[in-house]
Amino acid sequence: MAMGKTLAEKIWQEHVVRSAQGEPDLIYIDLHLIHEVTSPQAFDGLRLAGRPVHRPDLTIATEDHNTPTLNIDQPIADPVSKLQVDTLRKNCAEFGVRLHSLGDIDQGIVHVVGPQLGLTQPGMTIVCGDSHTSTHGAFGALAFGIGTSEVEHVLATQTLPLVRPKTMAINVEGTLKPGVSSKDIILAIIAKIGTGGGQGYVLEYRGSAIRALSMESRMTVCNMSIEAGARAGLIAPDEKTFEYIKGKPHAPKNWDEAVAYWSTLFTDKDATFDAEININAEELAPFVTWGTNPGQGAPLNSNVPDPSAIADPEARGAAERALVYMDLKAGTPLKNIVIDTVFLGSCTNGRIEDLRVAADVLKGKKISKSLRMLVVPGSARVRLQAESEGLDKVFIDAGAEWRQAGCSMCLGMNPDQLAVGERSASTSNRNFEGRQGKGGRTHLVSPLVAAATAIRGTLSSPADL
Amino acid sequence: MEKFVTHVGTALPLRRSNVDTDQIIPAVYLKRVTRSGFEDGLFAAWRKDPEFILNKEVFKSASILVAGVDFGTGSSREHAVWALQNYGFKVIISSRFADIFRGNSAKGGLLTIIVPQKDVETLWSAIEANPALPITVNLDARTVSFGSTTIAFEIDDYTRWRLMEGLDDIGLTLKSLDSIDKFEKSRPSFKPTTKTLNH
Repeated sequence: MAMGKTLAEKIWQEHVVRSAQGEPDLIYIDLHLIHEVTSPQAFDGLRLAGRPVHRPDLTIATEDHNTPTLNIDQPIADPVSKLQVDTLRKNCAEFGVRLHSLGDIDQGIVHVVGPQLGLTQPGMTIVCGDSHTSTHGAFGALAFGIGTSEVEHVLATQTLPLVRPKTMAINVEGTLKPGVSSKDIILAIIAKIGTGGGQGYVLEYRGSAIRALSMESRMTVCNMSIEAGARAGLIAPDEKTFEYIKGKPHAPKNWDEAVAYWSTLFTDKDATFDAEININAEELAPFVTWGTNPGQGAPLNSNVPDPSAIADPEARGAAERALVYMDLKAGTPLKNIVIDTVFLGSCTNGRIEDLRVAADVLKGKKISKSLRMLVVPGSARVRLQAESEGLDKVFIDAGAEWRQAGCSMCLGMNPDQLAVGERSASTSNRNFEGRQGKGGRTHLVSPLVAAATAIRGTLSSPADL
Repeated sequence: MEKFVTHVGTALPLRRSNVDTDQIIPAVYLKRVTRSGFEDGLFAAWRKDPEFILNKEVFKSASILVAGVDFGTGSSREHAVWALQNYGFKVIISSRFADIFRGNSAKGGLLTIIVPQKDVETLWSAIEANPALPITVNLDARTVSFGSTTIAFEIDDYTRWRLMEGLDDIGLTLKSLDSIDKFEKSRPSFKPTTKTLNH
């Protein structure tokens, strides 16, 4: 009898162009997303070899990493950033790739733009020269980040030679407590399996707690799969997925046929995973990071851990180094940590629902005078939607800065950066040394924790207000 | 891509785990549109510290990097591979690499070698005892050797063949254009395209 297949195996099998013993499979790519940072050298490679873009109609570009979030009607002030953005514009024009430039209504972070256009659909293979491409896995698409050589490869051939990954089930069962969000689920998962725990796997998030999440919350979970070392994270599509896509600009015209196919995209009951992890949703609490990798996190109600209590010498050394960089003392309650900047945004938490939950906490309140808060919508359309709901007014009245769309302070390629020694509570995805600006210190948090922290000035959850 | 068969050089013992690609090359250096000149960004933040191991004269000409577990995590930036190569590194040894970094390395001809952590420790101790120790990496034989010690490593046949022949992946794939054409004809019509819509 044939063995059942996992969702990842089903999608993989549907995209094998060519397979041969002892070689990687050649996998067809349904959608290629492009941005200005990881594409210039790939287009150069095409030009040198005299190759065209094989399928410009399966390729789309947006400007996000370098773009300023203020004064976007003026030329980009940083000449090096400007050159990179101009290069993307020139390349897209030359090779016939659709581009949403700064100022365009469909501009925004590449991983926010794909889903909002309805280009992200179940059962697809999606790649981008950006590790957070895993975000699109929330729709039951096999989506992963690639390097610039692979960007060039996809541009030239619409395929990639890939070794089939292993599969890991992450079962999250039970009901989340109030104040606990999808960001806390994924931070807890990364703390449990470590930054290398998912290496070589596609993670499939399953269980009642995952099913209960909205599409946008599911995107937050899949987005950070890479922070556990997994190139891709997946969630089987369901009615919520179909509902989210319905009516989007690129939703299938032959809708019934598409839904019939999408409805076959789940892991068979008799399929086996290469590994399985179980998480009890009832035990989860608001989670924050204290260290310099996303696996160094703990419940907000706990203390900065004591490295000397860590048995593994490698992990102990990393924790000791992290506490020096973060300027934290073991045993300090996490809630006593004073924050200078709150950043609400990024491909992890820059969608409309994220802005809504944060605005709900901030409504009628003021942020602490001791900090600044940046609110950066994930896309121009998210910004407009928020403004139509009056969320911009809530943020501005609370004392926060309401900015234009882009990656912004998640990685500080534009002017939005932390200063040396400055400490942030950030809804983004990476707390690496210097990630948000040289010498900056990052605590990763959910939008709820970000908003409560902005009001109190120290790491907090809405329950503390 | 240059062919890689054997390499002899000295090594840098980097006793750090979770070296993410933001440390290998910070985002501020990613704004360039060329493929060369990234050596100035390599470990830029750490190199500001005069005590950082790469700043020590004896290690400045190292071409083999021996690092802690989970090397190359985080961002997919291939600039991390370019920065290491532009600086002069030919081989990275660790007990575990992030997937995307390892894939990017193979595309560019930077050899990544996985050995058990105990072998990483052996290498670190040997290099620290003698920074001028010549280390031989033989991809054909799949070995790392120094003095009388030889460490075997595994690498899949396909990647090894590509690196040893210095083959361009795109050129290889374009030989399968017929299969790609055939596949494209069978794709379901409901799959989206990015053609601009009139909405």
